Amino acid sequence: MMIRLEKVSKSFNDTIAVKAVSFEVKEGENLILLGTSGCGKTTTLKMINRLIEPDEGQVVINGKNIAIENPELLRRGIGYVMQNNGLFPHYTVRENIAIIPQLLKWDRKKTLDRTEVLMAKLHLPDEYINMFPYELSGGQQQRVGLARALAADPAILLMDEPFGALDNVTRASIRKEFKALEELKRKTIVMVTHDIQEAFELADRICLMDKGEIVQIGTPKELLYQPASDFVVKFMESERLSLEFKITTLGDLWHHLPEKFSAKATIVRSDLSVWDALNYFRSGVKEIAFSTGKTQEQKSMDIHDLTSAFNRYQTQHQHE
Amino acid sequence: MNEPQQNLWQFMSGESDKLLNQTFQHLGLTFISLFLAVAVGLPLGIFIARKRKLSGSVLAVAGVLQTIPSIALLGFMIPLLGIGAKPAIVALLIYALLPIIRNTYTGIVGISEEVKEAAIAMGMSKMQVLFKVELPLAMPVILAGIRTATVINVGVATLASYIAAGGLGEFIFGGISLNNTNMILAGAIPAALLAIILDAVLAAIQKMNVKKFRKLLYIFPVIFLLLGGFYLLPKAYGSSLTAGFTPEFMGRQDGDLGLKAIYGLKIHTIVISDAVMYQAAYEKELDVISGYSTDGRLKAFNLTILKDDKGIFPPYYAAPIVRVKALRKFPELEGVLNLLAGKITDSIMTDLNYRTDYLHQTPERVAKDFLMGCGLYKSAKGGKKGVIRIGSKIFGEQYILAEMYRMLILGNTDYEVATKTGLGGTKICFDALMNDQIDFYPEYTGTGLLVLLKPDPKMAKKIAHDKDRTYQYVSKQFLQQFNIRWLKPIGFNNSYALMMRQKQSKDLDVNSITTLQQYLDKN
Repeated sequence: MMIRLEKVSKSFNDTIAVKAVSFEVKEGENLILLGTSGCGKTTTLKMINRLIEPDEGQVVINGKNIAIENPELLRRGIGYVMQNNGLFPHYTVRENIAIIPQLLKWDRKKTLDRTEVLMAKLHLPDEYINMFPYELSGGQQQRVGLARALAADPAILLMDEPFGALDNVTRASIRKEFKALEELKRKTIVMVTHDIQEAFELADRICLMDKGEIVQIGTPKELLYQPASDFVVKFMESERLSLEFKITTLGDLWHHLPEKFSAKATIVRSDLSVWDALNYFRSGVKEIAFSTGKTQEQKSMDIHDLTSAFNRYQTQHQHE
Repeated sequence: MNEPQQNLWQFMSGESDKLLNQTFQHLGLTFISLFLAVAVGLPLGIFIARKRKLSGSVLAVAGVLQTIPSIALLGFMIPLLGIGAKPAIVALLIYALLPIIRNTYTGIVGISEEVKEAAIAMGMSKMQVLFKVELPLAMPVILAGIRTATVINVGVATLASYIAAGGLGEFIFGGISLNNTNMILAGAIPAALLAIILDAVLAAIQKMNVKKFRKLLYIFPVIFLLLGGFYLLPKAYGSSLTAGFTPEFMGRQDGDLGLKAIYGLKIHTIVISDAVMYQAAYEKELDVISGYSTDGRLKAFNLTILKDDKGIFPPYYAAPIVRVKALRKFPELEGVLNLLAGKITDSIMTDLNYRTDYLHQTPERVAKDFLMGCGLYKSAKGGKKGVIRIGSKIFGEQYILAEMYRMLILGNTDYEVATKTGLGGTKICFDALMNDQIDFYPEYTGTGLLVLLKPDPKMAKKIAHDKDRTYQYVSKQFLQQFNIRWLKPIGFNNSYALMMRQKQSKDLDVNSITTLQQYLDKN
C-alpha cells in the first residue's frame, strides 16, 4: 500500500472542512475524490503533500508518517498538478519543467533529456521549449503543468481538478491522452474532480465526499449498483444512464446476448464499453463481434441485440 | 555677481568646478540614501507581505513620515545627528522608504496564489520561493517604487544644502537669496535633468526582458554604491576650524567673497541653512558662523561677534518698503508704519529675537508685549476699509515686525490685514511686492543696495559703509526704478557678523576677523 489516511480532520475558523476521513490508495491505483464544491476533497488532497496540515489524524506514505518528514523533501517526491496549471510566468517551458530536477540538483544533461522525452510523450512540439507559458494555449499549458509534475518521475501524483479549466473539447481529448499515457500507468494517483463523467472514466476507485465526510468509497460499478445511501443515488441520478453505458463492457453482457455469429461483423475487444459500442453503430457499422477471454467463443450482434441485452443486464442488477 | 549681465552659460562654465562637485554630491546623496532605503524597505516590504496584519500599521507609519515637510524633517534630525551628510541621508532615506515598502508589499501580494502554491508544492523552501518566484515576479512593481523614490530623492536632496550636506541646493538657495537667476537655474536645471534622466533609465530597466533582469539584479546594488561613493569625493581644503555659512553669505561681496579678498581668510567652509546654523555652532559642529547681529540665538547659544575690523559688512538698517500705489490706496498707512520708526535698537531687537527663537514665545505675544510696553498698542477697531497685505521673510525678526505692523494697522486704522509671512528669501519677498501680491515688507538697507539694486562695485564700495548715504541711495533708486518707497528706519542694524562660541573665542584669543585669520594661518 502506498498512501493511507487515518482519521484525518481539518477545520478552518471553526468550519469543519474534513471530518475523520480514512482511506487507502494502493500502489498504481487511481483514486478519485469526487464531490460538489466545498465537500472537502481539495483539502483532503492537499493534506497528502502537506500544503495543508491536518488538525487531527495522520497521513502515512509507504509506512512513514509524513508529519515528521521534511515537507520540502516530501513534496519533491510527489507530483502536483493544479487546475489553472500554476506555471511560473517568468520561466520558459523548459525552465518550468526543470524546476524539481533542479531542486534535486540533477545535472543539466539529464534534466534536458528528461524534458525532451516528456514533451514528446505529452505531444508538445520541440519549438515550445523556449516559449513562455502565456504564449501557449490552455490545453498546452496544462500539458506543461503535467510534464512539470512528472519531471522527476515521482511515484505519487496528486491532481487538483487537472482538466477543470479547459473547454469541453480540449478536456475530452486530453483526458483520452491521459488515460493512454504509459508514464501514468505505474503511478499512484489521487485526483480531485467534481465532474462525474470524468471520475467514472478515469478512476479505479471513487471516493465520494459530502460535507467533509466520505459517503462511499468503491469502484464505479459499486457506486452505481450498490449505492451506500440515497445521497449516492441522487448524486448520480442525472447522468445515470450514460454512466451505465460507460462502465458496462460487452464482456459484462455475454450471458444476455443471443448465440449467433456473423463473419461480416467487425471484431472488437471485450472490454469495450457499451457507450463506445453504440458509437460504432452510429458511425455506420451494422454488426460487431467479440470473443470472451476463456473460451475464445465468439458472438456477434447488431444494435437491437446490444440494447436488449443491456436492458436485461440492468434489470438483473437492480434486483440484486 | 560681479557682472550682472553674464548669461546662464557663462555662469555655468565659470562655476563648472563647483557645479560638477555639487552634481556629484547630489547624485551621491540620492543614491546612498536610496541604497539604504532599499536595504531597509525591501525586507520590510517582504516582512509585511508575510505578516499581512502588520501591513496596515507599517504602511501608515511610513506614510506619516512621508508627509513631514522636508525642511521640518531636516530640522528634527539636527539634535539627533548633527549637521552634514548623516542627517541628510537619514531624511532622504525616510522619504524613499514609503514607495519602496509599499511597492514591495503590493508586488508580492499581487502574485497569483496559484503560482505561489505551485512553488511550495514543487518542494521549494521559503527562501527559494522568495528568490526564485516572488521577487522576480514582483520586480517590475518594486522597480517602479525605486523609480518613484529616486525622483523624490533627487528633488528633496536639493534641500540637503540647508544642513550643510551639499548638493545642487547650494546654487538654488544661494540664487534665491542673492536674487541671481543664473545661479538658481545653474542648480535647478541640472537637478531637473538628473531627475528626468534617472527616471528614464529606471523606466527602461523596468521594461527590460525578465531574463536579462536576473543578472542585473546583482549589479544594481553595486551601481547604487558606486554612485553613492561620489559623495565621498574630497571636499575643499581643510583647516583647524570649520565655518558654516549660509548660501546667501557664500555668494556675496559683503560675505565670503569679501572675507577672502579683504581679510585673506582661508577656512574650511560648509554651506548651511541659517535655521540650524546657530545650534550647530553651539553643539560644536561648527566653529565660525555667518550670523546676523541682532539674532536672538546669539544670546541663547552664548555666541560672540567677531569684530569686523576692516569693515566689510555694510550697515543693514531695517525699514518697511511699500509700493507707492499702496500708499495712495491706503492714505493712513504711511503714518501708521512710521509709528515704529526709531523705536527698536539693536539690543531691543536681539532681546525680542531671543524671546521667539529661544524662549519659543509666539511672535504675536512678543510683538504685543513690546507695543504695550511703549504705549503703542490699541485693540483692533474692526474696520472694513480694505485689506493691506503684509509680507515677511522666513526668520523670526521679520515675523515679529510683521506682527507689530499688523497690530498697529488694526489698532489705528479701519483697514483689514492679511499677512503673508515666511516668504523664502529676499528675491521671493521682493518679487511678491513687485507683482502686487503684498503691499509692504520690512527690508534692510544693505540688502536693498547689494542684492536688489546691484550698483557697480566701485559705487557700492563708496557708499556701502555709510548708514545715511546707503539709505538715501536706496530710497532714491527704489522710487525711480521700482516705484517703491522706503519709509523711516526702525532703528536697529541687523548686519552680517561672524560669530564664535564665547568660550572658544576666549580660549583661542580670537576676537576679530583679523585675529581669526592670523590664528588660521598659524594652525
